[in-house]
Amino acid sequence: MMELLFEGLIKAFEMIISGDPEIVEITLRTLRVSMTAILVSTLLGLPAGMLLGLARFPGRKLILVLINIGMGLPPVVAGLWITIFLWRSGPLGDLSLLYTPAAIVIAQTLVSLPIVTGLTATAFQQIDEKMILQIKALGATRWQLVWILMKEARLAILAAIIAGFGRVVAEVGAAMMVGGNISGETRILTTSIVMEVSKGNFDIALALSFIIMAIAFLITFCLTFLQQRKRPE
Amino acid sequence: MKEPLIVLENINIRTRDRSILSIPRFELFPGEALGVMGPNGAGKSTLLKTMALLDLPGEGTVFYRGKKVTDHSVLDVRRRFAVALQQSLLLDMTVHQNIAIGLKLRHRSRREINMKVEHWMEVFKISHLARKQALHLSGGEAQRVNLARAMILEPEVLFLDEPFSALDFPTKVQLLKDIKQVVSKTNTTTVFISHDLTEIKYFTQRMAIIMGGEIKQAGSTAEVLSEPNAYAASFIGEWSRLLT
Ligand SMILES: Nc1ncnc2c1ncn2[C@@H]1O[C@H](COP(=O)(O)OP(=O)(O)OP(=O)(O)O)[C@@H](O)[C@H]1O
Ligand SMILES: [Mg+2]
Repeated sequence: MMELLFEGLIKAFEMIISGDPEIVEITLRTLRVSMTAILVSTLLGLPAGMLLGLARFPGRKLILVLINIGMGLPPVVAGLWITIFLWRSGPLGDLSLLYTPAAIVIAQTLVSLPIVTGLTATAFQQIDEKMILQIKALGATRWQLVWILMKEARLAILAAIIAGFGRVVAEVGAAMMVGGNISGETRILTTSIVMEVSKGNFDIALALSFIIMAIAFLITFCLTFLQQRKRPE
Repeated sequence: MKEPLIVLENINIRTRDRSILSIPRFELFPGEALGVMGPNGAGKSTLLKTMALLDLPGEGTVFYRGKKVTDHSVLDVRRRFAVALQQSLLLDMTVHQNIAIGLKLRHRSRREINMKVEHWMEVFKISHLARKQALHLSGGEAQRVNLARAMILEPEVLFLDEPFSALDFPTKVQLLKDIKQVVSKTNTTTVFISHDLTEIKYFTQRMAIIMGGEIKQAGSTAEVLSEPNAYAASFIGEWSRLLT
């Protein structure tokens, strides 16, 4: 067992150092796809979460319930629905997005959006109503108020993005289903790990897993660093 | 008689099942220091919120210098006021940045902001805390920052909602003295909510007693304290007699 791990490590180093073109390509695609997905999730989820956390409107509770359910949405279910929608004869079939990286971005966005939105909403719901009054009293316009509240909630916002990113890189079921793990087109790290394992190539799978862990670690580290940035005393 | 600065007319604020503020008419005059007293939950903070235009009342009208305040004008008018609440509610930034925030929101020049921040930190004796994170301050320090943050706006009306209640006695006395001095020097109109008769006596010339969302008595502070009506007497009677 230890041998297997060790071999995997050696193999990983070999592949990375030798710059195995396929590995490089898969890694870059994974980065591109995951970063796009988390970016879209953040751009949509932050404003939506802020609105849900701060505003009061009919239907708000229902939406919050749906989002909480969405947080636990099994990726394969998301994948299934996207496949149905993108299927050639489906409602969005004309876009021919199925089995493209774009489809994976959509799937990863769908599974991370509820997390980013839900955690952001919770963060903003926790802001003391008196704090909002006080900021208004300081003469803030509506947009200035939002900006100040975002700065106040920055730790929680980053936590929401970190959690969403975790979902994005970990997700494999949906990416497999809507991307198809096509070599040179939609193969990403997680889907190729699944494939290598099914072929019995544990060493390659391990090598890939080290790469994905390194990516997850690096990005989470950067976000956490940003979050916990030491403030001047 | 001076023109009133703020007039409340036919104000009615209610929650789903009951009225929390009901004021047919109430006036605030320029240059005066108005005290507001009343039991917990009487509606004092709600009154302040309405007068300071933090929320336009659903029912009723607020006039500022004779003009009806509308959704359109509310921000402009609100920016002439400053509010310090009981909890200091400082933002997660340095003391300097906290005091500067109001002017920054008004897009004043950096030079002006820095000059004024220095000045008000001196007035409230917190210059040494300038670079400190506001959330690390003691209660008394935070309250000084809170007051400096309000005073730097050079407001026409200063609203104080029990800003001294969390302070130890000497600090409270010192701050009351400092604020009173600043307010009378700058001729700032002040609305001061407090549960403390001695504070009200020291600070205000006029006072209002509010109970159950209604103003039960309003008049000169000396008069209300020496001749409280039945409502006021039920609330402050005993104590004011003991004090005078
Ligand atoms: N946002 C709100 N929603 C529902 N009820 C509210 C709200 N704000 C205030 N109230 C109610 O209105 C009443 C008056 O509240 P307010 O805060 O004005 O009292 P107060 O006189 O300032 O009391 P205290 O001396 O405790 O500060 C209270 O009964 C309170 O529960
Ligand atoms: Mg109150």
